[in-house]
This record gives sequence, C-alpha cells and structure tokens, in this order.
Amino acid sequence: MLSRGRCFPAASRIRPLVRAFCDAPPLLQDAAAGAPSSQDHTEKGDDVKARPDELDIAIVGGGMVGLAVACALSNMPLTKHLRVGIIDSNPALKSRNYLKKDGVPDSRVSTITPATISFFRDIGAWDHVQQQRHAFFGKMQVWDYTGLGYTRYSARDVGKEYLGCVVENKVLCNSLLLRLQEENGDIEKMIYPTRLISLALPSKSRQAPTREAISSGYPPEELNRSNLVKLELSDGQTLYSKLVVGADGSKSNVRQTAGIKTTGWNYPQSAIICTVEHITENDCAWQRFLPSGPIALLPIGDNYSNIVWTMSPEESLRHKSMSPEDFVKSVNNALDFGYGPHPHSGNLDYYMEKLFSDIGSTATSTKECFEVPPKAIGVVSERMAFPLSLKHSHDYVSKRIALVGDAAHTVHPLAGQGVNLGFGDAAALAKVIADGVSVGADFGDISMLKRYENDRKAANVAMAALLDGFQKMYSVDFGPLNVLRAAAFHGAQYISPLKKNIISYAMGDAKWPLFS
Amino acid sequence: MLRRVAPSLRRAILTSSAHGRAGAQLTEPGLSPRHALLPQWRLCSSAASTNSPPPPPPPPSSPPQGTPRPAGGSTVSSLNPAEVAKFAAIAETWWDSEGPFKPLHLMNPTRLSFIRSTLCRHFRRDPNSSKPLEGLKVIDVGCGGGILSEPLARMGATVTGIDAVDKNIKIARVHAASDPSTASIEYFCTTAEDLVKENKQFDAVISLEVIEHVANPSGFCESLSALTVPNGATVISTINRSMRAYATAIVAAEYILNWLPKGTHQWSKLVTPEELVLILERASISVQEMAGFVYNPLRGEWSLSDDLTVNYIAYGMKKVETPSESN
Repeated sequence: MLSRGRCFPAASRIRPLVRAFCDAPPLLQDAAAGAPSSQDHTEKGDDVKARPDELDIAIVGGGMVGLAVACALSNMPLTKHLRVGIIDSNPALKSRNYLKKDGVPDSRVSTITPATISFFRDIGAWDHVQQQRHAFFGKMQVWDYTGLGYTRYSARDVGKEYLGCVVENKVLCNSLLLRLQEENGDIEKMIYPTRLISLALPSKSRQAPTREAISSGYPPEELNRSNLVKLELSDGQTLYSKLVVGADGSKSNVRQTAGIKTTGWNYPQSAIICTVEHITENDCAWQRFLPSGPIALLPIGDNYSNIVWTMSPEESLRHKSMSPEDFVKSVNNALDFGYGPHPHSGNLDYYMEKLFSDIGSTATSTKECFEVPPKAIGVVSERMAFPLSLKHSHDYVSKRIALVGDAAHTVHPLAGQGVNLGFGDAAALAKVIADGVSVGADFGDISMLKRYENDRKAANVAMAALLDGFQKMYSVDFGPLNVLRAAAFHGAQYISPLKKNIISYAMGDAKWPLFS
Repeated sequence: MLRRVAPSLRRAILTSSAHGRAGAQLTEPGLSPRHALLPQWRLCSSAASTNSPPPPPPPPSSPPQGTPRPAGGSTVSSLNPAEVAKFAAIAETWWDSEGPFKPLHLMNPTRLSFIRSTLCRHFRRDPNSSKPLEGLKVIDVGCGGGILSEPLARMGATVTGIDAVDKNIKIARVHAASDPSTASIEYFCTTAEDLVKENKQFDAVISLEVIEHVANPSGFCESLSALTVPNGATVISTINRSMRAYATAIVAAEYILNWLPKGTHQWSKLVTPEELVLILERASISVQEMAGFVYNPLRGEWSLSDDLTVNYIAYGMKKVETPSESN
C-alpha cells in the first residue's frame, strides 16, 4: 500500500524528463539516420532509458554462448528488464521453429555435461532441446591403442542416469532462440542482423568534453553517452552500450579491439568431424587414443554417430578428400584393431581390483569388460576439418567489456569440454550482472566484472591444462610412457574414488579435477 | 608482520574514507601531496556538524547553501560548462574503480546489500525487483563523489545527496549526469542541520562513515532523526572504538603505512555500537539490526558478518512519537 502511494508522485516526476529526452533534436536526428525502420520508435517514451540506439548489454556474436548469456539475463528477475542486443549476421538467428528430427544430423555437435543441462533447465531452454534431436549416453569407454589399458565409465558410478548428452550445435542455438522469443515476445528488436565494424571504448578523451564541444553547446546526450561503448555496425548503424559481451569466437574482434592479449599455441593437429551411420543404435561414447590423436565416436540418436578425429593436418586433408568408402574403412580401422590388440582383463587387473576395492565402494563399471565399438557403415555428412589450438585470454574483462566462451579460451576438443566451459562462463557472467543490479552497481564497472573473471579463470585454466597434458601424453609413442599411461588407465578403471572424481569433473559437477 | 596486518588495515581505511569524500590516498600514498588532502578531511567533519572546528577553506560560494533548486535531471545545464570539463576529469579518477579508490569500490556492494535488504524489509518491497526502492525519498548525508547515491538511484530511489565540500558536489553532479539512471539525483552543498531548518524529510536517511568525524554525535543523530519521516529508516555506519580498530585504522594506517593523514581518525571520537544504539534511541530511532564488515584477503571481497569490532553498520526505525513525549 505504502509503496503504491509513493509510486505515483515518482511516475509524474519521471514523465517531464522523458519528454525532455524525446524532444531533444540530436536524438531525433540520430534515430532517423541510424536506426532501421524496423525499430519501433513509438515505444521509446515509456522509459527514460529507452532510446533506440542505447543498450544496457550488447552481445557480439549470436552463437551458442552469446545466446546463452542473453537467455540467462532474460530469465532472472533482476536482469530481465535490461535492454540486450545481439549482433550477428548469421541467418540461422531468424529460425523460429523446431528443427525436424528426421534427416541426417549435422556434423557440428556438442557433448554437453549434466552441469550444462541443468543450466539449460534453469534458463528454460531445455524443454526446447528435448523437442529436437538429442542423445543421452550413460556409458563411456576410453582406451589406448597399445592394448594395455582401458577405462569404462558409467553414470551409475556416480548415481546419475546419464553422463552427458550429444546435441547438434544448431539445436542448442535454436532452443536458446525459442526461449528468448518466449521471454521477450518479439526478438526481432533484440537481434541486429549485421556485423561489428568497430568499437570505441570510453576513454579520457571521450569522457572529458573538450572546450570546443562545450563552447558549441554541450548536449546532455553526449555527456550521457560519454561513458558508454560506441559500436559501429556494418549496416551503418551506431549503438551505445553500457557493457559489451564478446561472444565472437576464438578470433574475437571484441577481444582484439579491447587490446586483450592471449597466450597459447597451435597443436600440430587438425580435427576432422562428420556424421556416420551404424546398423544399430549406439548408446555409448567411445574414445580411443591413437598415436596421432584421439578419435571419438559419439551417439547422436537413431543409428547415427558423430566422429571427432584428431590427426595431423596432412592426414586430415587426405581423409577429407578420400572416397567415402575408404574413409569408413579408415574410421573402423582407427576405432578397432589397426594399431594394436584390444585391452583385456588379465592377472594385473585382478590384483588391481583386489587392491583398490578396499578404498571406498566399488564403482559398478569396474567389473565391466572391454567392448568393441560399433562399426560405421557409411559416412552421411560432409567431412569438415579445422586446426586445433589452445588459446587463453590474459584477461576476461576490461572496462565495459567481458569475454565469454571461445573468445576467452579455446581448449583441445578431446573431451568435448570447450562449449561446456563457455556455458559456464555465460551462467557466471549473468549471475555477476544480476548481483550488480541488486546492489545498484554500474555493471560495466570493472570491479564488478572482475568477479566474473575470478570465478571462471581458474576453472578454465585447470581444464585447458589438463586437456593439454592429455594431448601431450598421447603424442609420444615411447615404451615406458606407454606403460605409465596404461597404469593411469588401470588406476582410473579400478580406483573407485578416483574414478568417481574424474566422472564428476568431466560432468561439470566438480570444479577441480581432484580433491573436490 | 606488516603484510599480515595489511588486509584488515585496508578494511579500516576503506570505511574511514568510505564515500571518498576526502581525497585520502588508500593504496598509493605517493600519488598526490598529502597536505592537500588534509583540509578535505577536516571539511568532511563539517559536512556533518555545524559544531565542528572551522575548516580552513569554507566552501559557501556554491549554489545558495541549503536552498535546493527545484531542478531534477537538469542539474547539468545549470553548471558552468568549463567547470564541467574540469571536474569531469577529476571525477574520472574519483570513480576509477581500478584507481586509488579501488578498495572503496570493492566494499560498496557489501554496504549496499545490507541497505537493500533492510530497506526492502522495512518498506515491504520485493527483493527480486530490479528497482525495489522505487518512489522512496532517500538522502545520502555526506555523499562525497556520489559512490553510494548512484547505486541507490539505480535501485529506484529518489535520491538527494548532500556534502559540505563544494568540490565533491560538483564531481558528484558531473558523474551522475553521465548515466540517465542516475541523472535525477539532486546534489546540494549543505549540511544535515540546514536541511532540518528547512523542514525537509525523507523516507530513508543514510549516513555512512560520517559520525566519527562530527564534533557532537548526539546532535548529529538528532538531525538525522529530524530528517527521517515517522516510521522511516535510518542507516549509519562507522568504525568501532575497539583495540583492533585502534591498531588497524589509526596506528597502522596513519602512523606506519601513511595511507591516511595523521589525525584522520581520533580514537576518542570513535563510537561503539552500544553507544550508537543509545544515542539513536535518545534521538527516537530504535536500532533494528546491526552487522559488521569483514575483508577476505584471498578473494579480495568484503562480506557482512556478526563481528562488529572494526567496521559496522546499523539500521534503525524512526519512532512515531517525539523524544519529549517518550521521556
């Protein structure tokens, strides 16, 4: 009651202010010159801040992670009022319907962890994923070409129903878009189907008005915008935003403009991806470490599987151009024999099991034998190859800038963790923004954004280092090392606490690889 | 040894300069001449009380003291453009969250989360709202550069910020104008006492890190109480008069590390939580809740706690009856 009584005088105070903004000549000029006709000019009088070219948060890049940031923001009570824009010229952002389940799955897929799935549930996008093609898997087998070791993981080891889910990237994007559509009614206004040309960060020169500017009549609009980031778009439009989120991939334009440096190296490897078909449905994720790099076979529903195969760049070119029949033969060779015998349970394993069964309860998968992965009968999609690199941004944030996903870090794809780290970034950034709103902070402020960086950097570096270690460990074919690797596999297979720990880390439940 | 003390030191210093209303150097003492800062520190006590010792350069040349102009949002236009340019540059360092006031910016969210949660409860507002203080008239007594006033305005409050230092008010005005959501804040160079004389009243009166600088804390609290509407809220934060506060906020900060000018805080002027409760009670404000601030040096973040030994904050409710009636 009290509050309602007091709101009215406040509302009447705001109104003259709004009128002042609407009548300001520079604003109208701006709107006429810059904004496309799709912008709804009639609505801008509703809010003091609702100027068509001013945003609270501009997300550059409408990929999975960028859309996830937008979706997370529109789902939290404290942030749903924020004016968010997504800048991306990808025509896929126009999709407003479910993608059909029949037909061949796209070769670009992501293995998403239970932690990512629960994030999708929180932001209301998971229901849409479930309406489209996705494939849960509850088992995973990782083994070594030498035939010395293997590990089988099962969701039952950690009391879960599944270890992860394989979803096409376009399904993830589409689900996030559909959710945004539900939340915002019309997301046309939110999406700028264009590209970023340049960013002008607030600087001293823009902040402190020059004497000339003052003498020529200093408009309040300029002062208001002096600490916003100015974005110039390829369609000629200019936007101003309090915060720019760089979700524009590993070659991030935003990162480069902000002058944020990266550390990293290219792996002497490329990954080849494609979709293959089996005779029966595959329900397990398979990964075999070969001297040239790991090959993964991921179930994607029906009789299809996705291949992620790491090899030297020359080999990847050869595999890309060879006939489909030869490629299938090569895949089956890489997944089955081809390099060495199948690993099997021998006397060593019997003793290992006996030795470690005292440590904690035995994981159910410990007793499971090695299985041979299903054979591919045909390649049904285009084969795509891309170079691999490890890249880590020195900073994730600077004044009014935050980087998420591949713009901040790229990791080796061998465990399918890259996009999960990106979704982790999206969730953390949205939470930090909400915390900022709750205490009335300017969320472009660096001390606020640093919280996001502190939260994510350590976790991302740990994962990148671990995967880099794996990559290095398997790039050497050397007798004693092979035995050590095998011992590590045996350890992972038979030491249940270790095994459970590995599973929860890979599932995104635990923040640290060990001791968590 | 020194290194171990440092975090708690910083905590003490932080609060002591909390609005940044004095130009105290927090981390880099070499950045500006200290003697230049000293007068400002004295000034800030005059911000709060008319009884304080006469400050060296009194700032009464600014807009007629205590005669609030009816301006709302148009504060910028009434300024001298050249002055705007000059103070915009200063305001930038004042507000640079990576600059000398970084620790202060780090602490601000913690103070605000206390204020947000208590005011939401007091005025029965939805804590999930992005603007829970919508429509409430709030005054920030001793606003400095506006570090507290701006977040309050973003939470929806109709904010008035007062400070006796004219320079601070100019900086606060320029900075607030750079964001439409804070442009409606009204800043005046005046004192709480002067506003009382004008019979101004507010739903919530907030004065952080001021009471330890005033000559007459009970008189100051009487003024704060007079500015609060009946059943309104009052929030005060300060430094405790404890051995720990003495060691960190005074001995180490002023004499060992020279982070603050000597004499910034006088031991005898500090107020204990018990005394504050009593003073407020006499001023018809019943304290409802208190919390301490603790610094986590590992995370570099502040949090609320039950430990009131160094920095603490109190929220009280203005009683309906006048003091004379209650006695």
